[in-house]
Amino acid sequence: MYWTTRPRRSYRGRMAVTSPAPVRPEKPVAQGFPRRLWASTVGKKAVMAVTGAILFGYLLAHMIGNLTIFFGDIDGYGVFLRRLLAPVLGYGGLVWVIRAVLVLAVVLHMTAAIQLARRSARARPVGYAKRPRAQGGYAARTMRWGGVIIALFVGYHLLDLTAGVLNPHGVDGQIHANVVADFRHWYVVAAYTLAVVALGFHLRHGLWSGLRSLGRAPSRSAAAALVVALVITIGFLSVPYAVLFGIVR
Amino acid sequence: MKYTLRVWRQTGPTATGSLVEYEVDDVTPDMSFLEMLDVLNERLQLAGDAPVAFDHDCREGICGACGVMIDGVAHGPGKATTTCQLHMRQFDPARPIVIEPWRAAPFPVVRDLVVDRSALDRVIEAGGYISTRTGAAPDAHALPVAKPDADTAFEAAACIGCGACVAACPNGSSMLFTAAKTTHLGALPQGQPERFTRARTMVETQDDLGFGGCTLTGECTAVCPKGIPLSTIARLNHDVLTAAMRGD
Repeated sequence: MYWTTRPRRSYRGRMAVTSPAPVRPEKPVAQGFPRRLWASTVGKKAVMAVTGAILFGYLLAHMIGNLTIFFGDIDGYGVFLRRLLAPVLGYGGLVWVIRAVLVLAVVLHMTAAIQLARRSARARPVGYAKRPRAQGGYAARTMRWGGVIIALFVGYHLLDLTAGVLNPHGVDGQIHANVVADFRHWYVVAAYTLAVVALGFHLRHGLWSGLRSLGRAPSRSAAAALVVALVITIGFLSVPYAVLFGIVR
Repeated sequence: MKYTLRVWRQTGPTATGSLVEYEVDDVTPDMSFLEMLDVLNERLQLAGDAPVAFDHDCREGICGACGVMIDGVAHGPGKATTTCQLHMRQFDPARPIVIEPWRAAPFPVVRDLVVDRSALDRVIEAGGYISTRTGAAPDAHALPVAKPDADTAFEAAACIGCGACVAACPNGSSMLFTAAKTTHLGALPQGQPERFTRARTMVETQDDLGFGGCTLTGECTAVCPKGIPLSTIARLNHDVLTAAMRGD
């Protein structure tokens, strides 16, 4: 703490203030690592990067799991997942642990995003009369609405293939039959396509900027993020289209 | 040549402003953008109207005083140039030119196109300096600096503090400005003692003054007249997170 950052109480009242510029409000500095992190815009972005990385790790595992529909028995894969660590956590215990971690990650990721978006809106109360399309990439500009699309889709997806409520077949454990019943309909495939493409854009900017939020700027990370986003997008879309075109029955 | 301008007019910080249309005749292609505004102001004064207030000083792109939003782009159409370095040959006389002040809550409009950028001074005061023993100048080679570090610091030190990054940022964030300062000082050996506290206090200050958070859209670096790279922001993030972890 240096003298310049101390509240300038001694100046106040003695100097005529002609400037309309904002004055730094007096408030206590946050103490402790989590509080410090959450108090700062940089810290909130770091939280978003770490939770984003957790969610990305899950997406990767989820995509590889999906691909077992081509190479093996996806119903058996579901049983395998529930048997993992069953002696310790009970049958299906690991799945619930993963779900808890994911919910926590999503809540933190979204809370930070909403708080930062609201701060941004406050930072520019009067907009520009003329403003051309932003110079940044499409992916960067659509992070917020893309995130909303993904969140809405996750709600539908859980009701469809996890709870089975919105699934035409909807029998617990019959993953293959549920998936095939779903993607025979073009409109279900269209909804999944929209969401997965939004996810691809979200990942492209998210992976690239997440590294920077954590203070890393490796070379060629933009190209790497694009490749990873494409692999995830194609990997997730392969299953619905395979069913739609009758490759998987 | 004759140009149509749509200029933001606002009589004071609390007054409501609006875009006012002006026609400026006898503009030559060699005139600079600010000279064109000078011509407009001469005519306005002759007609008994108040001239358009705008900030300017060196008019050679090194002071950081000038800066307006031209057709929605900070410092106008030129790449890596300030407003004063634009020439009228870069503009099409057939299309009206919209001129607005920087827009951000921490940059209140003083009058017309002039905004108060003192908030950036508050950020500098929070840590944009090094503590050193004063006295006689040290020997030139007393403190060796590695060439890559010198280059990184020099590139960031080119920041003139014009505020275009804040004006262009969709979040109204001053991150590129702050990152330029922390990179400039933090890359050099002289800046090491305060490196992490500097990053923390400068970011805390910009947050408290009402600037937005960085989402790395890259708008700032696209309009920066000095081409400060986005990698400075990654470096600032690294230093802020290190400070949070170390408790600096």
